[in-house]
Amino acid sequence: MDNKSLTNHAYEIRRQVLISLNAAGSGHLGGSLGLADIFTVLFFDFLRHKPDNPTWAERDRLVLSIGHVAPVLYASLAEAGYFPKSELLSLRKLGSRLQGHPATAHHTPGLETSAGSLGQGLSIAVGMALSDKIDKKTRRVVSIHGDGELQEGSIWEAAMSAAHYKLNNLIAIIDRNYLQIDGKTEDVMQLEPLQSKWESFGWNVISCNGNSIPEMQQALKAATESDKPSAIIAKTRMGAGVKAIENNHKWHGKAPSDEELSAFLNALEVD
Amino acid sequence: MKAFEVQNHKDTRSGFGAGLEELGKTNDKVVALCADLTGSLKMNAFADNHPKRFIQTGIAEANMIGMAAGLATAGKIPFAGTFANFATGRVYDQIRQSVAYSNKNVKICASHAGLTLGEDGATHQILEDIGLMKMLPGMVVINPCDYNQTKAATIAIANYVGPVYLRFGRPKVPNFTPENQHFEIGQAVHLDEGSDLTIIATGHLVWKAIEAAQKLEKNGISVDLINIHTIKPLDKEAILQSVSKTGAVVTAEEHMMNGGLGDSVAQLLAHYLPCPIEMVAVDDSFGESGKPEELMTKYGLDTPDIIEAAERAIARK
Repeated sequence: MDNKSLTNHAYEIRRQVLISLNAAGSGHLGGSLGLADIFTVLFFDFLRHKPDNPTWAERDRLVLSIGHVAPVLYASLAEAGYFPKSELLSLRKLGSRLQGHPATAHHTPGLETSAGSLGQGLSIAVGMALSDKIDKKTRRVVSIHGDGELQEGSIWEAAMSAAHYKLNNLIAIIDRNYLQIDGKTEDVMQLEPLQSKWESFGWNVISCNGNSIPEMQQALKAATESDKPSAIIAKTRMGAGVKAIENNHKWHGKAPSDEELSAFLNALEVD
Repeated sequence: MKAFEVQNHKDTRSGFGAGLEELGKTNDKVVALCADLTGSLKMNAFADNHPKRFIQTGIAEANMIGMAAGLATAGKIPFAGTFANFATGRVYDQIRQSVAYSNKNVKICASHAGLTLGEDGATHQILEDIGLMKMLPGMVVINPCDYNQTKAATIAIANYVGPVYLRFGRPKVPNFTPENQHFEIGQAVHLDEGSDLTIIATGHLVWKAIEAAQKLEKNGISVDLINIHTIKPLDKEAILQSVSKTGAVVTAEEHMMNGGLGDSVAQLLAHYLPCPIEMVAVDDSFGESGKPEELMTKYGLDTPDIIEAAERAIARK
């Protein structure tokens, strides 16, 4: 897909994130906007999937480990055609398939697993990738993590096992926005030196600008050429696309009011 | 009373190992994971004979549960084995979100459950695991009584789609149920007919319940005896049928009173058939080091404890 189309998808995903969070009245805006470019590249360029056949056996697997950014996942699924965009207005409402955190129990099309409690998705992705190694399948498994989430110890158990089992079919994308609920990651619990941490665990590490569509495309391509599991440290701006809230951790878990919605939609940058 | 023949003395964990190895030969979707306790869980035969389907996770139980969930998503039938404490309490949130809430076809296989782990002491003697697991929506909880039944249960759960908690133990205990028996999840085994009292036992306590019933019979008390290997879903029909006849119940389990089999039975009977219930279980206490049999005596889980509970239950009728 050409970059103009990808840019349009990213714009539309951000628009739907804002609209659905406003309709919900609560939820996590900052991370959802920050990840919009990464989701765009995954859904419209990288992953092999069939929105009209969500359980297609040969599909690549996407594991969202940070369930709180569900709005960007749902907006991407709707943008890809898994369900109508109008359904995004049911986010977080009683009886909705779009739970506050992703839940397979509610049969959301295109959803592989439930998430919310942090630090579990990498283990699940390792299990998926391992299964494909046993079956000699060439499927790609991609997991998405927050940087704050890397403070969970189980992430490093999983990291160790991915290298041990030489899972070069696994790509972990780390949303490196340097922010978490209580403030800056390096103040709350230091993550750096992050690249060498992953390298020392036996991973191929790629750093890129996670808000640059071409850089994400290149990073993913490089990841598929490694003989090790790959970690993409994707530097993003929390709230990317809406200048007024960028890099402000107060927007981690907040939804826009009606006034804010119209201001943010007007200010939404196409690129 | 019916006679029960002890074929030999074997550990239930070996029944698990034998069942798993049979699955290795008959079902290529079955994979096994273990967190550095392959020998203790008797998973060596599977690991040796099916190395591509055996996954050593190292001492990392949280990752093991997540990996099992991922393997299940890809169509495998993962059996994840470790000690009962590390298979439940340590990884409760992983089981809750990645397995139970996600309805993944993961079999959590827990050895060394209860006091009979013995000398290692209370850090390893979990008595809360049945409660933890039965509270999770959709989780099946099975606690077989001997080697043969554990082997049959292991084979049976591979054919059931959904999360299962399979609990077994360390010591050699009387092996008395039929070899190559058919195991039906959720179906109680009616061991003997009686009219004065129902004894409902699970796991290692089933044999002790048989011993107790034999002694009670000599004292003129006729016992209706149920081996309830599946604690969830509970075989309500079998229990109600028995208790409607006897009007008094003793439950027996190697577990905490809070959250165990007794709880489940009491809940059922409080609703449908209120009657005297006595529970043989650990009363709000951790275990300690000691020989398995010494511990069972000290913590009130032995044959005489079942007899006393039976007498109390009948006296309350």
